[in-house]
Amino acid sequence: MEGVKFTGVPSAEELANCPGVPSEERKKKGRVACVECVQEIPCNPCEGICKFGAITIGEQITNLPCLHEEKCTGCGLCVANCPGLAITIVDKSYSETEGTVDFPFEYLPLPNKGDVVDAVSRGGEVVCKGTVLAVTKVKSYAGTAVVRLAVPMEYVDVVRSMKRLPRN
Amino acid sequence: MRIVEHPILDELDTTKKVTIYCDGQPVEALEGEPIASALMNAGIRSFRYTVKRHEKRGIFCAIGRCTDCMMIVDGVPNTRTCVTPVRDGMHVKTQDGLGSFEQKEEAK
Amino acid sequence: MKIKEVDVAIVGAGSAGLSAAYQAATAGAKVLVMDENRLPGGQLFKQIHKFFGSRAHQAGTRGYVIGQQLLERVEKSGAEVWLNTLVYGMQKDCSLGVIHDGEHYVVKAKKVIIATGAKENYLAFPGSTLPGVMGAGAAQTMINVNRVLPGQRIMMLGSGNVGLIVSYQLMQAGADVVALVEAAPGIGGYGVHAGKIRRAGVPFYVSHTIKEVIGKDEVEKVTIVQVDSKFQQIPGTEKTFDVDTLCLAVGLNPMTELIWMAGCEFCFIPAFGGHVPLHDRNMETSVAGLYVAGDVTGVEEASSAMEEGNMAGVAAAEALGYLSAEDAAAKKAEITGRLNTLRSGQFGEKRRVAKEQQLQYMADYQAKKGGSL
Repeated sequence: MEGVKFTGVPSAEELANCPGVPSEERKKKGRVACVECVQEIPCNPCEGICKFGAITIGEQITNLPCLHEEKCTGCGLCVANCPGLAITIVDKSYSETEGTVDFPFEYLPLPNKGDVVDAVSRGGEVVCKGTVLAVTKVKSYAGTAVVRLAVPMEYVDVVRSMKRLPRN
Repeated sequence: MRIVEHPILDELDTTKKVTIYCDGQPVEALEGEPIASALMNAGIRSFRYTVKRHEKRGIFCAIGRCTDCMMIVDGVPNTRTCVTPVRDGMHVKTQDGLGSFEQKEEAK
Repeated sequence: MKIKEVDVAIVGAGSAGLSAAYQAATAGAKVLVMDENRLPGGQLFKQIHKFFGSRAHQAGTRGYVIGQQLLERVEKSGAEVWLNTLVYGMQKDCSLGVIHDGEHYVVKAKKVIIATGAKENYLAFPGSTLPGVMGAGAAQTMINVNRVLPGQRIMMLGSGNVGLIVSYQLMQAGADVVALVEAAPGIGGYGVHAGKIRRAGVPFYVSHTIKEVIGKDEVEKVTIVQVDSKFQQIPGTEKTFDVDTLCLAVGLNPMTELIWMAGCEFCFIPAFGGHVPLHDRNMETSVAGLYVAGDVTGVEEASSAMEEGNMAGVAAAEALGYLSAEDAAAKKAEITGRLNTLRSGQFGEKRRVAKEQQLQYMADYQAKKGGSL
């Protein structure tokens, strides 16, 4: 059985029908939010946190968040703010061969800039190596760190996190 | 194992320590924490034996509702260790069965 | 024995109890909140994840931060809070038997609000009593409040939000979650919670249950087995894991003992966790002057518990004359709006239906008794 209800991983169909996922064209233009929220739950902080009006939900807060990709600047505020950790920033314009994925990370230890880590898919499989370009954990993120990873271009739509690092 | 550093919560202040005794053995504890917590941190997971089948029990609910965690504390049997805070010098004993106040003398 | 007289006595200083205390005390009532724990907040301070909902529900704020803010408001409101205080019984006249500071008290209040929450269910299987088998909430208390890991290699049973969230928090605390097991064919909790633990490499075994726990003095191994559409074990599908801890997240059951003692009418609603007291939209039960709020009225979540607490506090204050009918009506409308939002969508629907059923039972009971109580 496929889909988020049975596996915890959105199916290809769920992602294709998700109004929060940007177009291929937009991803190639530069940093853009990818809001992979596919279930109707009462939740709307992403709408409020975006300063550019790029995410809308509306009065019925169970609506799936809708991304207005032309308004999105890829600032990343939504990534840390989403209680479900469902938002990433993707960028397919980074280089000819690599793209970047910014994802929320709430574990210790945090990686360091420059580290090469195991990048994982939505299902937790290690699919490739990624280079850590930035680690941001500011006060307004309320404990959520955001890690920016450079990965081979073919994995930008696959990688959504990194494998946890060993503790001490 | 004590969780000192945590990705969300503040770093744990481990400076205020007390010593309790479990079946005569010293166990380091943090001031004010529940007895069960100090024991679990020390790797002690069995707190008592059941009446009929003499089986080991540890914690189940950890909020004082189920009585799995009862031990004899400073002579008082049937004390719920998950909601009773430690005190320096406290004596805690594995309880065998239902416990009785006659065990008070043996506890010390 | 000492007698303590107050306007509003609240049993339970968790999400619902503190919210009720704040509403009643700021309206001007003399409020006493009692809790048997040494710390207030109930389950709220263990919730280290960011809450959902809308801005009004403080979405995006971590549960324990919401708890701290609530506690500060209650402290400023003038409500008295007795911790380490045991409410051991309630008479038919709603007077409460209390042990506080080594003394025996009888607390006589004009209005009583019971907000005692719910406790975790147990599931019996071979080896289920071995040390190392514990409630998921117990593990959450250990890691987030006591800062102790209950084990290093953990299996979680149950894929509702409690099982999903506690699995995540166990990994944040440094443990490994070896597998999450769920008897139903689908995941019970939010997909986003499940997604977090899938990304962390935790495998899900839906349509599986625990066959047995193996160990001499504590948990050493757990064997799971697939189940068919009638939840019967399928021989030959056993899988054994090396774990030292098995957490059970198999539902909660409202702690309604005091409410039974007062002689309230009850109903049985499985979606709410079992026997729950009848109550009206003011959170008042079939016993006049006795209100209920939070998980004790039916297991939902922290946000709904806070709103039910708000409702009970406002209703009690209004009944005592501390709030005008207009002011109370305005507050109640806001609270109802927020509650309706929380009970919307595919996950909230079941709870919305259950609450409507409970309110209907109360309406039917009131009609049978001939109108007002």
